[in-house]
Amino acid sequence: MATMQAIAERARAAAGGREAWWLAGAIAIGLVVTLAAPGKVVNGLLIGSVFALGAIGITLIYSILRFAHIAHGDYMTLGAYMTLFLLTAAFPMVGIEGSGLGPFTFGYPLLLALPIAAAVVIAFAIAVDFAVYRHLRARGSNLVMMAMVSLGVAIATRGLLQYFWGTDPQRYPRVSKPFYHFEFDLPLAGGLALPFDIRVPPDNLFLGIMTVALAAGLWLFLNKTRTGKAMRATSDNMELARVSGINTTRIIYWAWAIAAAYAALAGALLAVSQAQLLPHSGWKVLIPLFAAVTLGGIGNPWGALVGGLIIGVSMEASTEWVSPAYKPAIAFAIMLGALLLRPRGIFGDGSS
Amino acid sequence: MDFLYFLAGLGILAGIYGIFSLGLNVHWGYTGLFNIGIAGFFALGAYTSALLTTAPPSPDLFEDFKFGGNLAATLRLGIDAWFIVALAGAAAVSAAAALAVGAITLRLRDDYLAISTLGIAESVRLIFLNEKWLANGSRGLYNIPKFLEGIADPQNYDLAYFAVVMVVLALLYVLVQRAISSPWGRALRAIREDETAAAASGKNVFHFKLQAFVMGAAVMGVGGALFAHGIRYVDPLVFDPLLATFIIWVMLMIGGSGNNLGAILGAFVVWAIWSGTQFLPGVFSDPHLRYFMIGFLLVAVILARPNGILGERLRVARE
Repeated sequence: MATMQAIAERARAAAGGREAWWLAGAIAIGLVVTLAAPGKVVNGLLIGSVFALGAIGITLIYSILRFAHIAHGDYMTLGAYMTLFLLTAAFPMVGIEGSGLGPFTFGYPLLLALPIAAAVVIAFAIAVDFAVYRHLRARGSNLVMMAMVSLGVAIATRGLLQYFWGTDPQRYPRVSKPFYHFEFDLPLAGGLALPFDIRVPPDNLFLGIMTVALAAGLWLFLNKTRTGKAMRATSDNMELARVSGINTTRIIYWAWAIAAAYAALAGALLAVSQAQLLPHSGWKVLIPLFAAVTLGGIGNPWGALVGGLIIGVSMEASTEWVSPAYKPAIAFAIMLGALLLRPRGIFGDGSS
Repeated sequence: MDFLYFLAGLGILAGIYGIFSLGLNVHWGYTGLFNIGIAGFFALGAYTSALLTTAPPSPDLFEDFKFGGNLAATLRLGIDAWFIVALAGAAAVSAAAALAVGAITLRLRDDYLAISTLGIAESVRLIFLNEKWLANGSRGLYNIPKFLEGIADPQNYDLAYFAVVMVVLALLYVLVQRAISSPWGRALRAIREDETAAAASGKNVFHFKLQAFVMGAAVMGVGGALFAHGIRYVDPLVFDPLLATFIIWVMLMIGGSGNNLGAILGAFVVWAIWSGTQFLPGVFSDPHLRYFMIGFLLVAVILARPNGILGERLRVARE
């Protein structure tokens, strides 16, 4: 896990040599896209923040357990359906109902449901580890085998969700709300002005605020708490961490807990932003999530955050030129491009 | 007699799944490549063969696609020579996709390949769904011609097609088995067991992995072609990950990864279970619980019996 210092070093290294050209190219592309489709870039950043939350979980699992967690998308879906269950079945029984809180489409019950859903998914993730992954670790199973088992867990999880809720689209209680509308002219030299016309659904702003808060929380946890520091040590070198007295099994469960909680929140927020929920909603974002992880550098949570934002912007902005149906393919293309040009990722530590 | 036709129908699909399982065995069983986008190669094979052989629609007002190759009408050289051309085309297109993506991802760590194969599967699906001029979008292609239509009268055709599938499966089995028993196959297993050691003894790990990836994808493409001409229509919904990827993993892992006969046996066993459970009473035939069962079986077999029914046989070097 790279620290802030490593990121700074990266930036310093980028100031010279070939990387300067990459950086300049990326900034130029970013500027052109922003000028061409400013509204889509803003919404892409906000939607990308949900990918960032999912990608942070995948990258944490990578850095502690060292395998590709294919079931992550379905853990997101599980969180989203738990939220649905609370909002539509459990809460109304005790009289907690409502939608249209302030500028948002959802009501205050969502704010109560999110932590409960996160707790359920944490319990689920730890139970699955206890029933499955723990045995594979004890056996010294290879890491691709672990990834394959997580594929089985993904299928089984989705099957269970379909059994209880069917395959029809579901939605949280919501009322339509007007979008925020920003319209202004950006003055340029020579009396010219560039018109901007940006519409942002208030719900998307909520996603952005949640992600900023959760990313800040993760930073505090990893840098200011004993457990967080132990987690970083375990990520750097598990054997070394163990001989210096860190209980690595406990760290593994911490990693599951954080990844599962962030996945649950990401899944529910995705359902809020898409205004619908399907049993394969999470599986569908697996490609953007892994693209974000790859782009940011495997095992680096801040890389996953930045990667998620870049993937979100690219997918939204691409609809200016390409049919929106191809959004997942855009994420895949960016991932292949990143693997070709810089397989370590933007903040990678060299272990490609 | 009806029951015999029913069994033939099951057998056709089981045999085709046997081909996919064989292809996956080249990827995973012998080389350790984690392909979770079998559906992509399946779809490429099926669509390629269908587009090569289906007649363009007439009158073309009713359809969006224009490029039906209609090989069935143009290539009649004694036997249905188009049959061979269609299979070869399906294998070639599928192999080309594997070559392109493999060249980028196989130099890197293993997990990238998994996500990339998922990306291929999704991209292929999106292209066939959205490019209506290419393959009629969500309405799909139908009236796909039968392979070797003249070999049996129409009512017995399923039995004959079962035989055709079995012959292709047997040929592919011999081909894969010979390749795997050769020094080339030995190098693949060495790479699977210890990449660094294989590289240290002078094997170009990347080239061997790429060759295995392309070969497995070509086998899957042939399976896709046989599937398209078996059910005689294709649309993007056919290539759902459950029945086009996940179940094939369960087949290989149950049959025995690293053993070609095991791969084929697994396909027949799992397809029999899958087809049989739909007749169970009440909740046991619930489609969503059967979905759960596929995931559960995959986890359970890896935990309880990682070598499957027929595990890989230990090979000892002979002088």
